[in-house]
Amino acid sequence: MSRVDGYGWAIDRSRTVSVTVNGRAYTGHPGDTLASVLFAHDVVALGTSVKYRRPRGIAGSWTEDPTGLVQIEEPFPEPMLQATAVEITDGLVARGVNGQGRLAQVPDHARYDRLHTHCDVLVVGAGPAGLLAARDAARAGADVVLVDDRPTPGGALTGTERIEGRPAREFVADTVAELATHPGVTHRQRTTAFGHYDDGFVLALERRTDHLRDAPTTRSRQRVHRIRAARIVIATGAIERPFVFDDDDRPGILLASAARDLLHRHGVLAGHDVVVATTDDSAYAAALDLAGAGARVRVLDARAAVPTTWAARCADAGVPVEAGTTVHGTRGTERITAVVVGDDRAEVPCDLLLVSGGRNPAVHLFSHVGGPLAYDEARGAFVPGGELDGVEVVGAASGAVDPLEEMPPLVLWRTDGDPARQFVDLARDATVADVARAVGAGMTHLEHVKRYTTIGTGHDQGKTSGMLAAGITAELLGRPVAGLGTTTFRPPYTPVAFAALAGRARGELFDPVRTTAIHDRHVRLGAEFEDVGQWRRPRHYPRPGEDMTAAVLRECAAVRGGVGILDGSTLGKIDVQGPDAEVLLDQLYTNLMSTLKVGRVRYGVMCGHDGMVVDDGTVLRLAPDRYLITTTTGNAAAVLDRMEEWIQTEWPGLRVRLTSVTDHWSVFAVVGPRSRAVVGRVFPDVDVSNEAFGFMTWLDTTLDGVPVRLARISFSGELAYEVSVASEYAPALWDRLLAAGAPEGITPYGTETMHVLRAEKGYPIIGQDTDGTVSPHDLGLGWAVSKKKTDFVGKRSFARPANHDAARKQLVSLLPTDATTKLPEGSQIVSFCDAGALPPPPVPMLGHVTSSYHSAELGRPFALALVRAGRERVGEVVHVPVGTTLVPARIGGSVLVDPEGARRDG
Amino acid sequence: MQLITCPWCGPREETEFHYGGAATVPYPADPAALGDDAWARFVFVRPNPKGPATEQWSHAAGCRRWFTAVRDTRTHRFLATVDIQPEVPR
Ligand SMILES: [Zn+2]
Repeated sequence: MSRVDGYGWAIDRSRTVSVTVNGRAYTGHPGDTLASVLFAHDVVALGTSVKYRRPRGIAGSWTEDPTGLVQIEEPFPEPMLQATAVEITDGLVARGVNGQGRLAQVPDHARYDRLHTHCDVLVVGAGPAGLLAARDAARAGADVVLVDDRPTPGGALTGTERIEGRPAREFVADTVAELATHPGVTHRQRTTAFGHYDDGFVLALERRTDHLRDAPTTRSRQRVHRIRAARIVIATGAIERPFVFDDDDRPGILLASAARDLLHRHGVLAGHDVVVATTDDSAYAAALDLAGAGARVRVLDARAAVPTTWAARCADAGVPVEAGTTVHGTRGTERITAVVVGDDRAEVPCDLLLVSGGRNPAVHLFSHVGGPLAYDEARGAFVPGGELDGVEVVGAASGAVDPLEEMPPLVLWRTDGDPARQFVDLARDATVADVARAVGAGMTHLEHVKRYTTIGTGHDQGKTSGMLAAGITAELLGRPVAGLGTTTFRPPYTPVAFAALAGRARGELFDPVRTTAIHDRHVRLGAEFEDVGQWRRPRHYPRPGEDMTAAVLRECAAVRGGVGILDGSTLGKIDVQGPDAEVLLDQLYTNLMSTLKVGRVRYGVMCGHDGMVVDDGTVLRLAPDRYLITTTTGNAAAVLDRMEEWIQTEWPGLRVRLTSVTDHWSVFAVVGPRSRAVVGRVFPDVDVSNEAFGFMTWLDTTLDGVPVRLARISFSGELAYEVSVASEYAPALWDRLLAAGAPEGITPYGTETMHVLRAEKGYPIIGQDTDGTVSPHDLGLGWAVSKKKTDFVGKRSFARPANHDAARKQLVSLLPTDATTKLPEGSQIVSFCDAGALPPPPVPMLGHVTSSYHSAELGRPFALALVRAGRERVGEVVHVPVGTTLVPARIGGSVLVDPEGARRDG
Repeated sequence: MQLITCPWCGPREETEFHYGGAATVPYPADPAALGDDAWARFVFVRPNPKGPATEQWSHAAGCRRWFTAVRDTRTHRFLATVDIQPEVPR
């Protein structure tokens, strides 16, 4: 055991926690991390590296560690976590990652959540600089949010320092206590600000339950805080980096600051026979602290001279210091046994090598949002190099020099050795040889070297390795680091689980589901549903033993032979009101709407400026200054947006207002030759005869005092009545219609049947039979394009020569000549076919199948297709590749059922 | 995530807004009078300045008003957002 008494302010020694790592049981204390528990048991090796399968241990003490990755098995499988950042709880089971982690194969039932916060000042980092900034802001009366990623505040303070005349831990406790007295202050530990975006927007991940033994099940496991702050103080400290030498990835090599952290925080002595290799003053404190805790320590300072005060303290403590000496390699297998030192390559036995190669200010959050970085030549680090509105960088993150520093550091990236054994990025197994290859391939910018070598793209995002890669690249190129460009830091600062980002937007809550007012009726009727936009619509209503084909054939036959009923409530509905309503509609529809008489209905087509169809629907004129228009279900919002854009941007001042009433009105289509009897029975006061209530007219009536609108609109070619009612009365009306239609065997039908019925009539579905390159004329809807209007959206494009090309694709029907094959939608149509074989590629394409169904009425499958010069080719046989065969199909007119339109009026 | 200042609602998150293209390409007064080339320019060609661009935006998930914005395409900064002034219809 390497637990030392008198240290470890973060752990609670009165309690014991048991964990299992790589199959072996270990005990630690609350406040320990997996890393500190392993070091306490003298375990340094953990797994193997991603590419070369070299043994890897733990090289840091917090999220800077590039190599100590674990797979958590219990309580819930999670891959690629840092042993240094996993707080232990009883029963935790982990193993070292061998190359790659493994995702959970079971659903994650934990809760994840998000919280929005607005504040005057956000302080990131609760080290001394952050605590002081938060305290200043709080005393000034600001709303302050203070977040810090570690379990406890204090940042890199070891507890040995003195601040404001008090021991550091006392200062931290006092300051935190004072902050708690300010009502405007929110202070969260275990909360990592991982992304900084424009205008003071920061995302932070709070870990709420993993460290608890018995977390309430109602508490979310993690929470993403979305913080918008008027001012942001970045107090994220600095991250120590190593330097590079042969076999620098061996377990038992640790950052000097990490060893110090483990000692003071967790009471763990990471090694007993310690070599400290440094290029600056900061490692001396680590050397002295470890020696004070009982380790045998020697210091190798790469600088020609040593700082005299530190050296004197080392002499007092019996710690030998050598100047101008450094490490060139290591020995050992699963743990370091010796370091190769100095020009004579002497081997010095040890069980721990501490490395300190300088400090990288944690400028990530400053850089995320575009803060410029500058290279500090003297310290070999990127520091904030300019101003950002509303952003302040304080403390070590700003590049401030430690006041205890006696002598400037030596900027050292690597020592002499074998480039292939000098690991720059332990997370990616990338060596100096890889950097040399990138430079040899012509990369001269850090961003290119990063992409070529993958350095800095691991879980740690190059916290320790990024600067080394820059320095080594500069050395290899013989250029100054400042001339290589800077690498830009991007979110996230530390890995964030997708589950946390998704929050509650999972499963049913991922996307809103819209259901109609009678959804429960559909469910009771056994409907199979399909998603249409956000709507959930009945696709068909299978009876026991029926598949979709059988159900749809039955429903189709029922409609064409008797009466069916469809819930059409999802159709987009826009109430258009105002004296200029007709002006607007004349401009947006291809046909004339101003001439539509009150009480009548007109089918309308909308095009884009390019003259291609974007939507279609019916238009009811309710009054001289009022229309109700319908849109396709999936296009309702887009059509409303388009209309709003017109009246607000192109023709502002037009006296017209638009209101979406899609949800307000429920619409049921009662369809089929027997529909008149059913509707007449429900509405005995209405004369439903064709003479009194003609096709494409509407009228208002009441049912038990409730206003109801009836319209003679048909999307199937059959006699049909659309019955509309305010949605709160929809269930009652649906029940009435079904009851009244019982003698006729009224059959509820779904969207699939609706599609078959409309396709049999050649009615296109915009977006299925069209693709943005199809004009009304291509669809055979030239009759719906006004020749009287001087202009409407799309009209000018119809005059383009390309719109009059006889070879344009046109909507036609296709009947497979075998009368049995249902052509797959999307199939290509080819022309020249020699003895059933495709011509050599490129095979000339004539078009494609847009809709394809089995028809009960025709007793065979049929399809709609867009075919080049289709209308001229009626009667021709073309071929459709289906799998490995070519299916012949005959082109026909687009209307296959009742081309004379005799059924429409019953 | 930028804040965009809606002339009606004030600063709101950019996800509430919908970009509506250049504000400097009005619908031609008389499309029929334009030749194919001029019409094609209206339909397909849009300015792409490096620097301040005058654009239409709508506060789609807010007040649903369209407004004119001047945005620097180099920095994405909004230099101004102004209400569209009502005009007399043709
Ligand atoms: Zn607004």
